[in-house]
Amino acid sequence: MTRSKNVSRQKVEAGLKQRRRRERWFQMLGLLATTIGVVFLLVFFSTLISKGSSAFMQTHIMLDVEYSAEIISPDGKPDTVYADYDAIIRNALMEIFPEVTDRRERRDLQRMVSIGAGYQMRAVIERDPSLIGTRQSIVVPAAANVDMVVKGNIDRDIDENLRPVSDRQLAWIDRLDAEGKLVTQFNTALFTNGDSREPELAGIRGALMGSLYMLVVTIVLAFPVGAAAAVYLEEFAPRNRWSDLIEVNINNLAAVPSIVFGLLALAVFINWMSLPRSAPLVGGLALSLLTLPVIIIASRAAIKSVPPSIREAALGVGASKMQVVFHHVLPLALPGMLTGAIIGMSRALGESAPLLMIGMVAFIVDVPAGFTDPATALPVQIYLWADSPERAFAERTSAAIIVLLGFLLLMNLTAVILRKRVERKW
Amino acid sequence: MTKLTQKEDSAVSHADAPDMQRSDRVSVAGERRGDTARAMEIGDTTVGNVRCADAFVTAEKVNVYYGDNHAIKDVTLEISRSEVIALIGPSGCGKSTFLRCLNRMNDTIESARVTGRITLDGQDIYSKELDPVALRARVGMVFQKPNPFPKSIYDNVAYGPRIHGLAADRSELDAIVHTSLDRAGLLKEVKDRLDEPGTGLSGGQQQRLCIARTIAVNPEVILMDEPCSALDPIATARIEDLMDELSQNYAIVIVTHSMQQAARVSKRVAYFHLGHLVEVDDTDRIFTNPQHKLTEDYITGRIG
Repeated sequence: MTRSKNVSRQKVEAGLKQRRRRERWFQMLGLLATTIGVVFLLVFFSTLISKGSSAFMQTHIMLDVEYSAEIISPDGKPDTVYADYDAIIRNALMEIFPEVTDRRERRDLQRMVSIGAGYQMRAVIERDPSLIGTRQSIVVPAAANVDMVVKGNIDRDIDENLRPVSDRQLAWIDRLDAEGKLVTQFNTALFTNGDSREPELAGIRGALMGSLYMLVVTIVLAFPVGAAAAVYLEEFAPRNRWSDLIEVNINNLAAVPSIVFGLLALAVFINWMSLPRSAPLVGGLALSLLTLPVIIIASRAAIKSVPPSIREAALGVGASKMQVVFHHVLPLALPGMLTGAIIGMSRALGESAPLLMIGMVAFIVDVPAGFTDPATALPVQIYLWADSPERAFAERTSAAIIVLLGFLLLMNLTAVILRKRVERKW
Repeated sequence: MTKLTQKEDSAVSHADAPDMQRSDRVSVAGERRGDTARAMEIGDTTVGNVRCADAFVTAEKVNVYYGDNHAIKDVTLEISRSEVIALIGPSGCGKSTFLRCLNRMNDTIESARVTGRITLDGQDIYSKELDPVALRARVGMVFQKPNPFPKSIYDNVAYGPRIHGLAADRSELDAIVHTSLDRAGLLKEVKDRLDEPGTGLSGGQQQRLCIARTIAVNPEVILMDEPCSALDPIATARIEDLMDELSQNYAIVIVTHSMQQAARVSKRVAYFHLGHLVEVDDTDRIFTNPQHKLTEDYITGRIG
């Protein structure tokens, strides 16, 4: 039976309208989804930047200090241990505000300068003892509350008792400002200091170095092991029940909650192998376990995607299995393997749960100098600061997130560049 | 189980025109269709002549299994030292599988199992003492799709000699690369751009590069698995000319779907059908005077 061409055409045309409508709907849905994603991203970045960018600037107070020999070197030579360097600051403040005589008022006045200022004085003298007996103009960090007032983060209009800054202090701040003694400078402390209880002295250097050390441990362990495992499983291992079992387990391992790896690291590396607590070494080991399955899976996919024709070509001219793998398969799979490694690293960089279990959620002031020094990591530092009550830590939390994202961006950029360099077309 | 009857009127006058076009030959075979009682079914034995003088590669009762699939059934074939033999047959008939037995490429397929005996110059290639790597240096292979390495033209050709340590120094390697490219008829086109990627060449050039890469190792046998199926007629013609030249020094086994090509390049033709080697004979005889019904059906276009 032959079907009428007209009837067929009519049927096609009848359904056409609906098909087109469906297509439009689908496109709209896709567009909507993309828009929602972009909007969320914009909101995220704008709040982050608006909240965090102010932390990169810090209010300082310009003081005329006298490096009085009486205070610094009572015995004739500079005393860098017991000398009362805070007194230098105190005297400088008294010169600006001679009318303040009351003890409580004086204490309030002193609190407007960071307690780090005394250490700064000591460092200056240590560097250049010839300054003793001279008068110098010096810029010292203001206390976090002063900084907050200047940045407008503390509401002047609310009741004095609800405000961390007294009316007196507000008046002094205004006077300093009017005299041009308040200067806003780049917040170098944020990048050079470790953690501190004083927001104006707190920096992310310690956490950044901790994260860096951990990532070094992670990449050094996880990439070679992961790549080797992937090559073995993909190219050499016989396909049988055992290899199936291993494959299933690796896939499952990639989905295991990260805190479990922290528990494992605690039990194995700290309790059993007695490695130091809070150390980037142990953190890196835990993160290696975490990223290993990700790297193995990505590397296997990359190896699988190398065209079999290349393998055959190499085998055909008499290359051994290992030569095929190392001369042909790996160079072609390397970009994909690197991508997998970077995805794993990025995940590791953002992890905090496993680090909680191995004692890396600690208040550590010193910047770690090695793999076994106590350290925290960036996400942990963000968590710690977010938990702090001081208003000034809020903007530092956002600033630390910005730094973390910058770190991630840098890593991804490196990955893209590396991939471009090793990529070969076929 | 089936008896193969020999064709009665074997010598027909048209058989004496070796330069005749394939189409003519087919029509010749077609004219005679049905006028003789000939073998109708696949049997246990191969029609024609599987033996040859000066046998270099010998396959005796070769069976290949892919898991439960019996891909090659009791194939016995001899290939001489310097001839071109074409393996033809419909898709899935086992001709490529048989080809891949000759350099043990089937080893790479885990489920593949080969029984029987294949010897190269009297040596059993499936014996434990023989390393497949050494075998593949003696039995080169050119694949269906041109598959140059994503390396420079020079490195493509130099790869084999390098891994086998055939060249003592750079100048010797240069010489090997140049001779191989020259013999593959590619040198003129690429001599000024040896450091450019081999993948940037045209399809036909790529295939000639693959041939150069194969002969750079100085093999004794070259296996070609449909080397021209991805190429245009001009590139095909160049490769066929090349095969003609190479056949003076190498035994060439070519799998092809083009009967014109088989007729043009080969001295002998082996017809495979469903894993059986149905008929082997001189090219002229196969195309003008096939003895097996299946062979005739295939070359006249009724199967495949």
